[in-house]
Amino acid sequence: MAPYIGTAVSRVDGVAKVTGAAKYAAEFSAPGLLYASIVSATITKGRITRIDTSAALAVEGVLTVLTHENRPRMADKDEAYKDEVAPDGSPFRPLYDDKIKFNGQPIALVVAERSEIARFAASLVVVEYGAAAYVTDVFRRREAAVPVKAPANPSEALFAPPKPRGDADRALAAAAVRHEGEYYVPIEHHNPMELYAATAIVDPDGKLTVYDKTQGVQNIQHYLCGVFGLKSDDVKVMNPYMGGGFGSGLRPQFEVVLAVLAARALQRSVRVVLTRQQMYALGYRPAMIQRIALGANRDGTLDAISHDAITVTSQYEDFYRQETAWSGLLYTSANAKYAHRLAHLDLATSCDMRAPSAATAVYALEAAMDELAVALKLDPLELRLRCYSDRDQHEDRPYSSKALRECYRQGAEAFGWSRRNPEPRSMREGTDLVGWGMATGVWDAFQAPITVRIVLTANGHAEVACATSDIGTGTYTIMAQVAADMLGLPLDNISIKLGDSSLPQSPVEGGSWIAASVSNGIATTAARIRNELLRLAKQMPGSPLADVGSDDVALADGKLVSKRDSSRAVSIADAMRQGAVERIEQEETTNPAQDEKRAHNTHSAIFAEVKIDEQLGVIRVTRVVSAIAAGRILNTKTATSQILGGVVWGIGMALHEETQIDHTFGRIVNANIAEYHVPVHADIHDIKVIFVDEPDDSNPLGIKGLGEIGIVGVAAAVANAVYHATGKRVRDLPISLDKLLA
Amino acid sequence: MQQRNQPAGRADGASGTVSVNLTVNGTRHSLTLDPRTSLLDLLREHLDLTGSKKGCDHGQCGACTVLLDGRRVVSCLTLAVMQDGANVTTVEGLAKDGHLHPLQQAFIDHDAFQCGYCTPGQLCSGVALIAEGHAKTADEIRELMSGNICRCGAYTNILAAIQQAMRQS
Ligand code: FES
Ligand code: FES
Repeated sequence: MAPYIGTAVSRVDGVAKVTGAAKYAAEFSAPGLLYASIVSATITKGRITRIDTSAALAVEGVLTVLTHENRPRMADKDEAYKDEVAPDGSPFRPLYDDKIKFNGQPIALVVAERSEIARFAASLVVVEYGAAAYVTDVFRRREAAVPVKAPANPSEALFAPPKPRGDADRALAAAAVRHEGEYYVPIEHHNPMELYAATAIVDPDGKLTVYDKTQGVQNIQHYLCGVFGLKSDDVKVMNPYMGGGFGSGLRPQFEVVLAVLAARALQRSVRVVLTRQQMYALGYRPAMIQRIALGANRDGTLDAISHDAITVTSQYEDFYRQETAWSGLLYTSANAKYAHRLAHLDLATSCDMRAPSAATAVYALEAAMDELAVALKLDPLELRLRCYSDRDQHEDRPYSSKALRECYRQGAEAFGWSRRNPEPRSMREGTDLVGWGMATGVWDAFQAPITVRIVLTANGHAEVACATSDIGTGTYTIMAQVAADMLGLPLDNISIKLGDSSLPQSPVEGGSWIAASVSNGIATTAARIRNELLRLAKQMPGSPLADVGSDDVALADGKLVSKRDSSRAVSIADAMRQGAVERIEQEETTNPAQDEKRAHNTHSAIFAEVKIDEQLGVIRVTRVVSAIAAGRILNTKTATSQILGGVVWGIGMALHEETQIDHTFGRIVNANIAEYHVPVHADIHDIKVIFVDEPDDSNPLGIKGLGEIGIVGVAAAVANAVYHATGKRVRDLPISLDKLLA
Repeated sequence: MQQRNQPAGRADGASGTVSVNLTVNGTRHSLTLDPRTSLLDLLREHLDLTGSKKGCDHGQCGACTVLLDGRRVVSCLTLAVMQDGANVTTVEGLAKDGHLHPLQQAFIDHDAFQCGYCTPGQLCSGVALIAEGHAKTADEIRELMSGNICRCGAYTNILAAIQQAMRQS
């Protein structure tokens, strides 16, 4: 049987998704289900002085209107609200008290027999406010921004700011060629297609089953237990499918608190669905002001890097990521300094969004490198090669693998980079200016502790269970592939259970760590199953495996086979018959090896072509080549999709995406999917994805993860192409045509 | 400062209930509805046909696209009461006799989705687009599919899937 790992297996949940059978959080029902509609604050900061729900309550079919005045009891301590990935600070508590912390904050929940009634009645809630002064503009808080502190949450410790090296100021002053620039990326919202929703079902025994849109069912389950003082078997959280997360579902969102509040208040099952507009009151990618200074020698080697970042968070939590460290993973430079400050604004807390920090910081770095290449009169790709780093500059350690040179080579060749005329505005096609740009991407290769249970039955079927999520990433499919290979069974004989908090432990699904974590977890548990089968097989009279050690046997084609002599084999069915067992169940936790001696990263090289109408400034990204080095690729089909998606996001970041706030009112003015622009079909043309061979021994299967690396560097490649086409450098994203024509 | 969005009319804000007859995926249904019910909510909440998705409820994303008498419409902007006697096909009605529609199979073959949430809308839109016969080139397909947003960014694969199904039709 040929292995499944590394092949283009179609998604095992494909049929469910193309027939409409796959069910998402708002699609589970229960007898007597109630529908709830959220009332959102219309001021940005202050207090609720009066809230009158009488008109809403008078509507036929309305059961209750919950506010801070009449809600059921919730925890009083911050600790109860701190989830697995909470930053430092005091988490937001929905309907907790009269304080308004951000515009669009939920302040009441109308619960009714039908959604139409709830929505109408929500419009009748009368609220009076005492408004306070607020600031939502990062440029107005620029001077007041404070240096980030090392985080207290141990799982956030890796985001501590990097240490300086050498004397960057002196090296910059002495540099033969210098480039310094300021780059800006605005607030962006994830906008997954599925609306945030939670259906809280009160089971006949009074326990709760909560279907929630989340990237971590166990994170939500722990959180609900803390907030509502529940015992862990009082509540189960499920999300068999998630209509996109991109980081927005890592932390608990308010829909789940509200659904459970209402279910507890009424002892009835309740569904809460946010409107698209209300989803703009969830987390967002923090706006980022960056100053980058690069000092180079004439030969194109770097001597100094300075990276300053200001990012945005709320007044009540310090969310940030390691914004400034990425250059130290890409380029050699003896001198470097970093500064990262936080601007506290009257907004909800910012949060992780696809490749948090890297997507924005590498944009700035790679746009700055392009400008340095111009200053040096050097090909931008050649500059990258001259600065190439074989060691992580922060810790002065090697990489577990770094096939970035190969990405540059294969990507450039596929794109035809050598035919580029370096002169801006030199390439044309009809009335279009043509521009070619390139950039580099980098992300971390993480692995987290995880527990996997496998139940093998005598008919050669196996059920693999873990409380992870498939948020569109293909987790169901890669889990099935890995299990099929490790157990020597056909793919169709594997069933995957995930998205259920009662399954074995999993971290939240994010940061690109699940593929490596769960795959190696399956391998560990599968080895236990194999050992148990071997134990049984050895008991058979005249067993052909009597003297075979556990490391010398593999599972293949439904049999235990000696690795040295494939004629010595015992079928799974025979071994289980020998032991008179119908099923073998094993559950095992895999703790990844802590290898601090090497850096673990994924890399990419992106090449982009733009065509720009010279008169109108309309920009089309006509070609992108993304060459990726990310260890072993489990499934070439779903992996390609991950990268394609990342490239589309990068194009959106470069050209379309921006959450616009009217700072006079502190309110988002484009809080809908028509005026918040994301790429649509017509914006996306040819994208070629190349996976570069990259053996890596950081974990037994050599997996690094792919969810983030696809977006990193893409916005810079596009921006650099726009410069090459037009000779105009736009440093604040998105590059809209008005900026180009200005 | 006071917030009050609109004055109350009738106590429940609705004007009684209305009855609607329509055929969905070949099955006739007679329903008594709140007149505010959208076709999308009728499908999802009254018939438990949750294949049609709600991504905005404002006609902006295409996730709710269904075929109404063969035409593609955004069902969130279609009031159910105005479709008395109509014939509706949703994603659940595309497969026939246990066989996937060629476009459904093409979506699987080309991995034309990730999270799957835009997929029912993309499929209904794509089926109608092929039937309309206006789109011949890749750029024309892109243009005429642009009402269906895919935040996962599966566009190039959706295009390939539609082209495959077009060749087969
Ligand atoms: S839900 Fe109908 S267009 Fe978005
Ligand atoms: S597949 Fe997720 S939005 Fe299209």
